[in-house]
Amino acid sequence: MLNDKITEDINNISKDKFVLVQDDVKILDKELVTKPIGYFEDAWLRFKRNKGSVIAAIIIVILILFAVIVPMVSKYEMKFTDGFYSYTLPKHETFAKLGFWDGCKDYEYNQKTYDYLMGIPGAVKETKSVREEKGENYYTVNVDTYMRPGYVYKSLTKGEFDALVEYDANQPEGNKVMYPMVNTKKIKNPGFQKDPNYWFESTMKGVAILDDNGDYKPIYKVDSDTGEYVYWETKMGGDQYKVRVLYYEYFNYANGFYPEFIFGTDGFGQDVLVRLAFGARLSLMLGFCVAAVNIFNGTIWGAIEGYYGGLTDLLMERFAEILGSVPSIVTFALFQMYFASKVGVVWTLVFAFLLTGWISPAWRVRSQFYRFKGQEYVLAARTLGAKDKRIIFRHILPNAIGTIITSTVLIVPGVIFSESTLSYLGIVDLQTSNVTSVGTLLKNGQSCLSTFPHVILFPSLFISLLMISFNLFGNGLRDALNPSLRGTEN
Amino acid sequence: MLKYVLKRLGLMCVTFFIIMTICFVLIRMLPNQIPEGQGDFAESMRAMQEAWGYNKPVMTQYGIFLKNVVTKWDWGFCTRIGTFLKPVSEYLGSKFPPSIILNVYSILFSVPLGILLGCYSALKKNKWQDNVLSTLVMFFISVPSFVYAFVLQYFVGFKLGWCPLVLHSGTDWFSLPMFHSMIMPILALSFGLIAGFQRFTRAELTETLTSDYMLLARAKGLTRGQATFRHAFRNSLVPILPMIISQFIFIMSGSLIIEKIFAIPGIGNVYVESIILRDYSVFITISMFYLIIGLAGGLIIDLSYGLIDPRIRMGGGKTNA
Repeated sequence: MLNDKITEDINNISKDKFVLVQDDVKILDKELVTKPIGYFEDAWLRFKRNKGSVIAAIIIVILILFAVIVPMVSKYEMKFTDGFYSYTLPKHETFAKLGFWDGCKDYEYNQKTYDYLMGIPGAVKETKSVREEKGENYYTVNVDTYMRPGYVYKSLTKGEFDALVEYDANQPEGNKVMYPMVNTKKIKNPGFQKDPNYWFESTMKGVAILDDNGDYKPIYKVDSDTGEYVYWETKMGGDQYKVRVLYYEYFNYANGFYPEFIFGTDGFGQDVLVRLAFGARLSLMLGFCVAAVNIFNGTIWGAIEGYYGGLTDLLMERFAEILGSVPSIVTFALFQMYFASKVGVVWTLVFAFLLTGWISPAWRVRSQFYRFKGQEYVLAARTLGAKDKRIIFRHILPNAIGTIITSTVLIVPGVIFSESTLSYLGIVDLQTSNVTSVGTLLKNGQSCLSTFPHVILFPSLFISLLMISFNLFGNGLRDALNPSLRGTEN
Repeated sequence: MLKYVLKRLGLMCVTFFIIMTICFVLIRMLPNQIPEGQGDFAESMRAMQEAWGYNKPVMTQYGIFLKNVVTKWDWGFCTRIGTFLKPVSEYLGSKFPPSIILNVYSILFSVPLGILLGCYSALKKNKWQDNVLSTLVMFFISVPSFVYAFVLQYFVGFKLGWCPLVLHSGTDWFSLPMFHSMIMPILALSFGLIAGFQRFTRAELTETLTSDYMLLARAKGLTRGQATFRHAFRNSLVPILPMIISQFIFIMSGSLIIEKIFAIPGIGNVYVESIILRDYSVFITISMFYLIIGLAGGLIIDLSYGLIDPRIRMGGGKTNA
């Protein structure tokens, strides 16, 4: 009943109630509202969601920037070496005011060394405690390693000497560079006579003899005519001047800034920060270059193997397998023995990496080719007359791009790790004034691990951070570039 | 199966022979092969040189070398390291115990621990325990083993003074002071191994835990523990076992870097020394040893997959690709 009524109503709608929606516009398919997402865009979206990998990528960028920027802004050059500042502890101006990272360390010394250090201005920052054992005093003191070199003798030419005297005349009292010469005849122990830090009266053992006020009794050389202190001696008929300088101030005079080694110095008095940055440059460059070339070679090798298959594949695979079976250390050792003296250590290392490094990427690319070469679109391309080269590079290879990128990222830390192992073991010798690597720094640091751990700490931190970040980044990239994982993770 | 094993063995021998030839020729063509014998040794040195054909063409030398190796198991004589003119095989024999003992300890320590932690992680998947363990594993896999060695040496060895910094000297391999000094190298070797086993076990076990037969096992009334242990754990051991076997093969090779750091007189340390000091006979011998170990390791892993898991048919034709 009701339905009939409705039908009747519908049939009896008056014509003027109808309006034409579209008079002049053509009706077309609606444009897509959502944007299509490409492969890389999708990978990027999924990569961003993996927080660990993003942080790792940022750390990698920071480490690369460290390697690039530090040598540019550092006050020290790669070749910088200062024998007086060997094994100086790390110091940073800002933090030093807060009482740490200030180049100071607690030591326990006997009376003789304590007196010796007390004679050097600023060397003892604080005497913390005194302990008596078998009638001898032992002092626990906080020593500033930057002041510790104390006074040194310097031989200068006439010009240098005049410049120093002029400079010194304008310096306020606390910042003088030159100090009076010591009358060495008054030092009782002849073994100490060459040490410019014995400027006070001391016993045969080197213990200071104090005056009534408890102060040191200076034994400076006095000019017999004027009665004033003597500040220099001339040698070689007046061409050479020997002066006694406070090394901390002299460093400032000679270099234009006070010594401050943010990561400390090693046994040769080289700045660890600059050397680490240069070592990092070498290691990273080695890693990236080797990875790029190996991936290129490996991709081509793997593509040919995988695409042609059959006898070609068998022969190429056997060749790669034999080459890959040679223990890597044998390759590196032989390369060093043959070529190190001819083309240099670094190039030898590069060639050794290039010899076998392409095998594993080639193997991966090959398996990708086996997966895709039988698919219909390849058959279609071939039917349309595409050449082998075009099928390989335009049709199949883009499918392997995820694999290729992932293995590139994973080759880099592998190369850096091998390099540091080889130079640590001493098979590769990268220790010169102009070249260094992270592994070499580790090797140098190990000899003083227990006494000066800072030398090994920073290179170890660097390589650990680099390894962790590259692995995290590589894993994130692998997941992001693998389209089969799309949508599985939340 | 037998045919496949024989084929693989044959290929392995061919590979070994090719590499050995290339290595031998390359090493023998280097200048400054052996040092001049001093004083009383000059005569015996010349005799040795003659016997090994050092002044003949390289391929003749190779023939003599092969003949000596096959007939007398004589791999040459020490020149710059070890006792002068003593046979290399004899010298190296004394270097195996420390390497092997150290590696065995470290495997005995790390394999069970790694598998246990892996199981724990798999059972607690995506809970905080798993996240903590996975982060730690990531850390220990990435950080180079020499960095842990330094950290151990500095804190455990130097600051706390619990263990000696380097290996106890002497050859009493099973004494208490020796074991005490071995603790740090064992730990340094183990961290990476534990992390590796943990990750592998976790991956395998999580996969088996989600299989249909686990649902069936639970459905037929087994408790979670029973089902996990009897069904999931056993099945996930299949791929883990070859890994353990291969670890046992590599124990003999020692560890180049850990042996150097802790001054362990093992095979890896001698190898590095032979490269630096250019004792070519020792270098060739250990290189060949490493080559055999590497080849055998790869072969045994491949074969053990087939032996342990009958579902994997080795060497099949195209249908099995």
